[in-house]
Amino acid sequence: MAARPHAPRRASPTNEPLWVRWALILAGLVFMALFLVLPLLAVFSEALRQGIGAYVQSLQSPDALSAIRLTLLVAAIAVPLNVVFGIAASWAIAKFEFKGKAFLITLIDLPFSVSPVISGLVYVLLFGTGSVLGPWLKSYGIEILFAVPGIVLATIFVTFPFVARELIPLMQDQGTGDEEAALSLGASGWQTFWRVTLPNIKWGLLYGVLLCNARAMGEFGAVAVVSGKIRGQTTTMPLQVEMFYNEYQGTAAFALASLLALLALVTLVLKSALEWRFGDELAATGRGH
Amino acid sequence: MEVRVQNVRKEFDRFPALHDVSLDIVSGELIALLGPSGSGKTTLLRLIAGLERPTAGRIFFGDEDASEKSVQERNIGFVFQHYALFRHMTILENVSFGLKVRPRSTRPPAGEIRRRALELLDLVQLSGLEKRYPNQLSGGQRQRVALARALAIEPRVLLLDEPFGALDAQVRRELRKWLREIHERTGHTTIFVTHDQEEALELADRLCVMSQGRIEQVGTPDSVYDSPTSPFVFGFIGESSELAVNVERGDIWLGDRPIGIAAGDNQGPARLFFRPHDIELVEGDAALAGVVASSRRVGGTRRVELELGGAGHRVEIDLPFDHPAGERSRIAFRPKRWQLFPA
Repeated sequence: MAARPHAPRRASPTNEPLWVRWALILAGLVFMALFLVLPLLAVFSEALRQGIGAYVQSLQSPDALSAIRLTLLVAAIAVPLNVVFGIAASWAIAKFEFKGKAFLITLIDLPFSVSPVISGLVYVLLFGTGSVLGPWLKSYGIEILFAVPGIVLATIFVTFPFVARELIPLMQDQGTGDEEAALSLGASGWQTFWRVTLPNIKWGLLYGVLLCNARAMGEFGAVAVVSGKIRGQTTTMPLQVEMFYNEYQGTAAFALASLLALLALVTLVLKSALEWRFGDELAATGRGH
Repeated sequence: MEVRVQNVRKEFDRFPALHDVSLDIVSGELIALLGPSGSGKTTLLRLIAGLERPTAGRIFFGDEDASEKSVQERNIGFVFQHYALFRHMTILENVSFGLKVRPRSTRPPAGEIRRRALELLDLVQLSGLEKRYPNQLSGGQRQRVALARALAIEPRVLLLDEPFGALDAQVRRELRKWLREIHERTGHTTIFVTHDQEEALELADRLCVMSQGRIEQVGTPDSVYDSPTSPFVFGFIGESSELAVNVERGDIWLGDRPIGIAAGDNQGPARLFFRPHDIELVEGDAALAGVVASSRRVGGTRRVELELGGAGHRVEIDLPFDHPAGERSRIAFRPKRWQLFPA
């Protein structure tokens, strides 16, 4: 028998010629190198330009130390609060039916769609000298604007959606069956939450916390508006980087920036590790901010 | 534990899911809530469990009014269609969960909890698997774990929501037999929801047939099968054929021909129901006669679809697969047992 003249060709939907494929891959790589790797390298090389000694020393200046401390403090307050809020919101949205649910979901997304500068300005308007709240609080000795509380508030606002956005689709996907089973077995609401709901969402939660933390430490715009940039008091790491830079302290600026870049890299690695290890337990949607 | 459902109504967003349902469940019986989807059977089960609150009406466990009690207080065992096992706990931890979450005053000591959980795993024939996780078990095994978990809290009533719905046919049959055995050994009052009439007929002491948020008929499987009280029940339980007929002068007429079976006193249009296998072949005019429209063998029987008269009535009858009439193109028959409902 002769060779089949019409052997069915397995036509792949992506069967571009080799050179097209490589050209596309190359374009992608060049783009990434130019816009991601190069800047990152620049940060580290600038930071280490005057040697490791100068690098370490510049990180030990009082301004840098105070900025690091403030950033850690703000993240330590903002992240746990947003974890509690995020779990509560996604619990309510995923496990209960109520009116205005779609509106609430939209509201949670609001910080993503508002420019961080506006987010900061909102607090200036709320607590500034021209507002009602600001002077009233001031009469009790409570400073919000140009002080740590303002920075915390602005950070909470900006990082508000991260945990909730990660948990809502995950919890919706898991449904209420496990909780009903726990309740029918006599568990109280709290027992059900701690022993059933929380273990079911722990990896998704960790993922959300990671993203939330990275943003909380790195936020510039909103914090810049409310902080007043008082040296050694209300400057977070990103703000301090800018101040150093404007004062032509290149090494100091890039050393501090390299810490932030490192944080980003660690987050990225952990995030990838989580996705790789627990991909099926993380929500399929709502990822990638 | 005897369960009484009294005039219960349930609405979801003002859409009624149950209309004024009353049902008495005898202590120790195995009763099936049977109906198509949307009939309200699962809603009724969840109301008894306390997972939903009735819009109106009361539910009694024995003499005690359970209507206002929470799920936890009702002390029921609930088995879900999709198992709802806790995926991060081992099988043993799943089964002991209900005992571990008890308040300290009523919680048995740890050793006792473990012993009871292992005992239950033995009862559901899963000894040796206690260290596994739910995703390492087959569907049938998971559902048995779910049952052991529900039994661990010594429930007053056992409630099962389509317990075998997610399993394949063979496993279903095995588990059915096995559930019956467990029921006989433990003697729990058991209510289970199913849309599978075969399952209900085989397993239950009594059936509660539901449709569109109402109870259609309650009775033993035999009584429901043999004397359905409504066209719905006749059509839903077992195979059935239906004909639109007329009752006149004590006879049943199909079009302009009497069909040779006598009716009672009712007059006017009616719906005639009979079982396809409950017929006899006859010769002569006073019968239902029709042209064979299709004929196919289903296992040990031959199902013949007949076209009766010119009005396009089609009915199905069953013949033994090797019956000579199966070769004919025209068949006359008469239902041996039938039921008339006003049209």
